[in-house]
Amino acid sequence: MNASVPHLLVVPIVLPLLAAVLLLLLGDRRPRFKSRLNVGATMVGLLVALEILRQVDNGGGSGRIGVYLASNWEAPFGIVLVADRLSALMLVLTSAVSLGAAVYATAAWSRAGIYFNALFQIQLMGLNGAFLTGDLFNLFVFFEVTLAASYGLHLHGSGWARVHSGLHYIAVNLLASSLFLVGLAMLYGVMGTLSMADVAAKLPHVAEADRGLLHAGAALLAVAFLIKAAIWPLNSWLVPAYAAASTPVAALFALMTKLGIYTLLRLWTLLFSADAGPSAHFGESVFVYGGLATMGFGVLGLAASQRLGRIAGFSIIVSSGTLLAAIGMGNASVTSSALFYLLSATLAASALFLLVELVERIATGERLPLLDLGLQPGEDTNLDDDETPLVGRVIPVSLALLGLAYIACVLIVAGLPPLSGFVAKVSLMAALLSPEGIGVSSIPPAPAAWWLFGLLLVSGLLATISLSRAGIRHFWSTAGRFPPGLKISEGAPVLALLVACAWLTARAAPGLRYTRATAEALHSPAGYIDAVLSAQPVPGPTRPIASGEGTP
Amino acid sequence: MEALLALAIGVLGGSAVWLVLRPRTFQVIMGLALLSYAVNLFIFSMGSLLIDRPPIVEPGVPADLLHYTDPMPQALVLTAIVISFATTALFLVVLLASRGLSGTDHVDGTKDRS
Repeated sequence: MNASVPHLLVVPIVLPLLAAVLLLLLGDRRPRFKSRLNVGATMVGLLVALEILRQVDNGGGSGRIGVYLASNWEAPFGIVLVADRLSALMLVLTSAVSLGAAVYATAAWSRAGIYFNALFQIQLMGLNGAFLTGDLFNLFVFFEVTLAASYGLHLHGSGWARVHSGLHYIAVNLLASSLFLVGLAMLYGVMGTLSMADVAAKLPHVAEADRGLLHAGAALLAVAFLIKAAIWPLNSWLVPAYAAASTPVAALFALMTKLGIYTLLRLWTLLFSADAGPSAHFGESVFVYGGLATMGFGVLGLAASQRLGRIAGFSIIVSSGTLLAAIGMGNASVTSSALFYLLSATLAASALFLLVELVERIATGERLPLLDLGLQPGEDTNLDDDETPLVGRVIPVSLALLGLAYIACVLIVAGLPPLSGFVAKVSLMAALLSPEGIGVSSIPPAPAAWWLFGLLLVSGLLATISLSRAGIRHFWSTAGRFPPGLKISEGAPVLALLVACAWLTARAAPGLRYTRATAEALHSPAGYIDAVLSAQPVPGPTRPIASGEGTP
Repeated sequence: MEALLALAIGVLGGSAVWLVLRPRTFQVIMGLALLSYAVNLFIFSMGSLLIDRPPIVEPGVPADLLHYTDPMPQALVLTAIVISFATTALFLVVLLASRGLSGTDHVDGTKDRS
């Protein structure tokens, strides 16, 4: 990993930071250039993430774990960045979704406020940093960077709905951050270190008297992450906030709950793996039953929602619940399917969030949402010009495209064939019923697995009903009345995200092979711990090779 | 010393939770501010409370926790203070925007009967 490009691992953090600085310096000048810079930086970020993924996966079987010693101190003393398969996967997913959102924003939204592009890049930096860091306090800092940027982005476009839901969103997340710090402090009090790998290595040897304190600290940390991951009953902030956020921001926010899921998956499998002695699998049932309750809540919300934005919000909650429950099963093959589900669900959810505004444009006949801000819609890019007279009704291209994209979203979110949502759900169900592979006789699945199995089916059914109902209302009852204005830069990202899902379907076998390898590495974390703790600093002018010497 | 600090954290934290649960945005922000003080003190206390010990190594004194106080929680507290200060300031802006848009400082933006 260190051979080809030595500083590759820090690029996903430094690149958005530099882009954000440049965007801030530009102030309110050159809006078009700023949008392009935003898209360009995000695109380079995607290429870098793909390269990291390629290098991490290159090692075959166990994969290679890239460790970057920031400031050149070895692991327990300095802050490290670690890229294993899971981090690389999340980086690629983040870059892909954010590229879609960035392109969409160039159409109009990025000009509704001066600092949109800068905040967008800062949020990317926080997300990438949180996925890469190997240090708990650094994780807190990146969480706060992400959240601070998300507060600004959420209010982007202003208006009462955003301020109102933003007030709740910020208050809840500030409380969660306080819990995060308390949990962090307790963990430090017991372990004396905040390096994830070091904590994991020392955890089996914690004295019995301190174990209660350790568990309390870990539980508090978990509550903070579960709030971000939108577990029931700590998720009432999510749907109003996501439904009120401006379109590209909502698409980006689809990643935020996945950040909570990622952190839980990473820390839980690292700290409370089967090797953790008396603490092994601590809190397992909270994940499973909390996840199931979240799914139930999300399913009811889906059924009760009328507005498309709220439906998309509840579909995020359902996918969060599914992931939590699946992770809590503590089984490599279920985790593997869950990771595949995460990819498919996140791409589809952000495509759905992008579609919301376009679809609602049909009903209102609005051509662009920001006309009142004095923006001129580009007239060269409208797609609704080539209406050809058919027998009966004319279907404008934009409407047809929107309809097809909407159907694809419904198929993926509900997990119907033939797209990736179906592959993900089937593999998840198969893994639940026979964790060792179909045909191999094994112990019968636990009751919780049956519950998850049932809820997966029910959530698929209710998502289909709810989304079809919204689709009928938006497309059929108003069709043809107002052919919606659609710019290429608005339609293309939606299509690109859906094409990514289709590609995921076609390449399901290599995809599942990758997630399988990821899950196996997660469930036997010794490789991760060794890789981090054995990373050696680079000899340099101020730091001669001093292997035996301890730090002062 | 321990008892005093524990009491201080408890009082701050308890008041903070009560205030956060109140229906006025001003009370909520005061609660969040108090909570961040409680959390900062809590982090500080995790480095074991020692009086009159420096956190920085001096020549001639063995570098262990018998002779020094743990510098790590102090560094963490410093970062935590900055971050909570910034986010609270941001929240204050949203609070003012909400007050301006709704004309009331109720957290739901509706004038309550009481």
